[in-house]
Amino acid sequence: MRYTHGLEGTTYAFDGLVDLLAKATPRRSGDELAGCAADSDAERAAAAWALADVPLERFLTEPVVGYEEDEVTRLILDGHDRTAFAPIAHLTVGGFRDWLLETAVRPDAATTLGALAPGLTPEMVAATSKLMRNQDLVLAASALQVTSAFRTTIGLPGRLATRLQPNHPTDDPRGIAAATLDGLLMGCGDAVIGVNPATDSPEATADLLHLLDDVRQRFDIPVQSCVLSHVTTTIDLIGRGAPVDLVFQSVAGTEAANNSFGVDLAVLREGNEAGRSLGRGTVGNDVMYLETGQGSALSAGAHLGVGGRPVDQQTLEARAYAVARELSPLLVNTVVGFIGPEYLYDGKQIVRAGLEDHFCGKLLGLPMGVDVCYTNHAEADQDDMDTLLTLLGVAGAAFVIAVPGADDVMLGYQSLSFHDALYARQVLGLRAAPEFESWLARQGMADEQGRIHPLDPGGTQLALMAAP
Amino acid sequence: MSAVPERPAADPWEPLRGLTQARIGLGRSGSSLPTRRVLEFRAAHAAARDAVHEPLDVDGLVAALGELDLGDVAQVSSCAGSRGEYLRRPDLGRRPAGLSAVPASDADVGIVLADGLSPRALAAHGPGLMAALVERLGATYSVAPPVIATQARVGLGDHVGQAMGVDTLVVVIGERPGLSVADSLGIYLTHRPRPGLSDADRNCLSNIHPPEGMGYDAAASVVTALVAGARELGRSGIALKDSSRAVAAVDGGGA
Repeated sequence: MRYTHGLEGTTYAFDGLVDLLAKATPRRSGDELAGCAADSDAERAAAAWALADVPLERFLTEPVVGYEEDEVTRLILDGHDRTAFAPIAHLTVGGFRDWLLETAVRPDAATTLGALAPGLTPEMVAATSKLMRNQDLVLAASALQVTSAFRTTIGLPGRLATRLQPNHPTDDPRGIAAATLDGLLMGCGDAVIGVNPATDSPEATADLLHLLDDVRQRFDIPVQSCVLSHVTTTIDLIGRGAPVDLVFQSVAGTEAANNSFGVDLAVLREGNEAGRSLGRGTVGNDVMYLETGQGSALSAGAHLGVGGRPVDQQTLEARAYAVARELSPLLVNTVVGFIGPEYLYDGKQIVRAGLEDHFCGKLLGLPMGVDVCYTNHAEADQDDMDTLLTLLGVAGAAFVIAVPGADDVMLGYQSLSFHDALYARQVLGLRAAPEFESWLARQGMADEQGRIHPLDPGGTQLALMAAP
Repeated sequence: MSAVPERPAADPWEPLRGLTQARIGLGRSGSSLPTRRVLEFRAAHAAARDAVHEPLDVDGLVAALGELDLGDVAQVSSCAGSRGEYLRRPDLGRRPAGLSAVPASDADVGIVLADGLSPRALAAHGPGLMAALVERLGATYSVAPPVIATQARVGLGDHVGQAMGVDTLVVVIGERPGLSVADSLGIYLTHRPRPGLSDADRNCLSNIHPPEGMGYDAAASVVTALVAGARELGRSGIALKDSSRAVAAVDGGGA
C-alpha cells in the first residue's frame, strides 16, 4: 500500500506502513543509522499527516514484520482480541489519539482503557504515539492503571516504586550488601533488589541469589530479589533449588532479535512457568522481570521488516511489549539511554523515547517502569534525567531504577540515584509500595507521610548485612 | 569554598567504603544530594565528556612514537567528518576515508592506534603500550610501523590490516569513558584482517590503564600469546578466546 500527503506544494509518498511509520517518527539517531528516517522535517510532518489518516484496521492486515517468518508478529495477530478492539475499530490513527485524550479525562478512564488493551496491537499504539506530543504521552499514561504483585504491589495510584540496583564489578558479596544497605536506608528497593551479575556463571548467580534472599529473610523485608542472568540460567537454578523470586530476561520486538538474546517465546513461557511453580509470592505471583530498549533490534541486525525494509526502532520497541504482556510480568522497564548516542543522541531524544516507551507499554497493559539513564558519550546529563524522572512521576510510572549516587560502577553508565527517587516522591507526593512502606514505618525509618528519616548505618540493625 | 562543608570527622560509612567503588553513604541535604557530592559527580562527568570530545593530538602522538624508533608512522581517518557524526554513525567510523597513506608491509603483525571513544586514553597510554607491544612481539615476530587512525571504530582496522597485508592486526583503541576511569585502552586482535569480519572474529582485552587497570607489559604478553595462538589456529575470535583466557585472567588479576 502506498501512502501520500501533500504539503506546501510538494507531494510526499511513502511505500507501505513500514516506511510511513519510520518517516513519521520524531527524529532520532537510531533511525538515521538504520537509514529509515525522514530526509527532512517537512517529510516527517507530511508522514505524520498521512499516518493520522490510516485506519486502525489496516494494522491487522498489513504487518510491519512478516507473519510467516516472525513469531512475534504471529503472537500479535493471533492473539488480537476483536471484542476489546470493537469500541475503536472505526477509528483512524489520528482519531484514536483524540479518543484517547478524551477518554483520559473521564472518571472511568482507567477501567475503559484497561479493557481496551487486549484489542490494541503494538503497531497501533506506536503509530498513535508518533502523533502525540510529550504532554499527550504523559496525560494518557497518567490515566492508565496497571498493577502487578509478588511480595509488594506495583503500579497503584500515587505510588512510585524503585529497583535497588547494587551492582559490583566483581560481584563481591559485601560490596553488594553495602550498596543494598545504602539503598534500603534511602527507602528504595520496593520494586525489586536486582543485581546485574558480572558473569553469567550459574554458581556466581546462585551465590548472589542466596545473599539477597538471606538479607530479605533476616530482616523480614517485603521485597523480591532478582539476579539478572539469562533466563535459561535461572530455569536451571530453579531446578537446583536456588531461591529464585523473579525470572529475568531482556526481550525485543522481533523473533530474530530475541534469538540474538538466545531466547524465543517458548523458553520465555518455560521461565514464567518455572518461576510461578515456586509460589514464593505473598500478595501475588507475577514472577517475570523484563527489560527492553529502543535500538536493541538494530544493534543485533534484526530490525528488518516486510520487503527487507528497516523498521523504526520505536515501533520495534512497542512490539517487545507484546512479548512482555504474554508473560504477565511483575516488572517491565525500558533501559532508555543505555545503548548509546547512535540510537538516542541527546537528552531530548532520550526524554522523548522514555515517555513513548512508558506510554506504549502501559497502554498495552504492562506494569511499566523506566531506567532513566545515559552514557558518557551521549549529549545528556543529570539535568536531562531530572526532567525525564519528573515527567515519568507525573505520568504515573510504576517504578524507576536507582543506584548509589547515580553511578553504576559495574555497567559504566549513569542511572538515577536513591536521592533522585526521594526527590520525585517529595515533589509529586508519591509513596513507596504499601507493603514496603509499612515495613519502613515498623523499622522507624519513615514518618506517617512515608518520608524517609536521615539514617546512618549505625542507626539500625540493617547494618549487620554488610558486616564481616 | 565555605559553602562546601568538609566531610565530617566521624563518617559512619567509612568502614563500608572499602567494599565497593559505588558512591554509597553520600549523605543528604533534605531529600537531595549534598553540594559536595553534586560537585564531585559533575567533575567526574566533565572528565569523561572531555575524554570523549577532545580531539587526538596526532602530532604529539607521532612525536612520542618517534622516540621509539618504529619507522614512519602513517595516518588514516574514517569517513566520519566530525565528532558528532562519529558518535551518531558507527558505520562511518568503520570505513576509511582513504588508504593511500598506508604502506604495504611484509611484517607478521600490524598495529593500529585508534582514538575510539577516548582520544585521551590513546594519548596517555598509547606510547607506553606501543613500546611494550614492540618489545614483546618483536622477540618473535616482525612488526610493521604503526598506523594512527582518527574518528575510528574497531572495524576500521580490518581495512587497514588488509591494505598493509599483515597476517595479524592489533587495534589499540580508546574505550568508552566511565565516570571513574576516562583513559582506558582496549585491544582488539584480528587474524587475516579483511572487511566484513564481526566481533566474533576478534579477541579483546580491556581496561588497560596502569596503575589501576591492566599494565602495558601484562597486556603485551597476552597479545603475544594471542598472536601465537591465532597463527597456530589460523584464525582469531571465539575459538581462540578460550585457550587464552587463563593467561588474560592471570595477568589482568591486578586490574
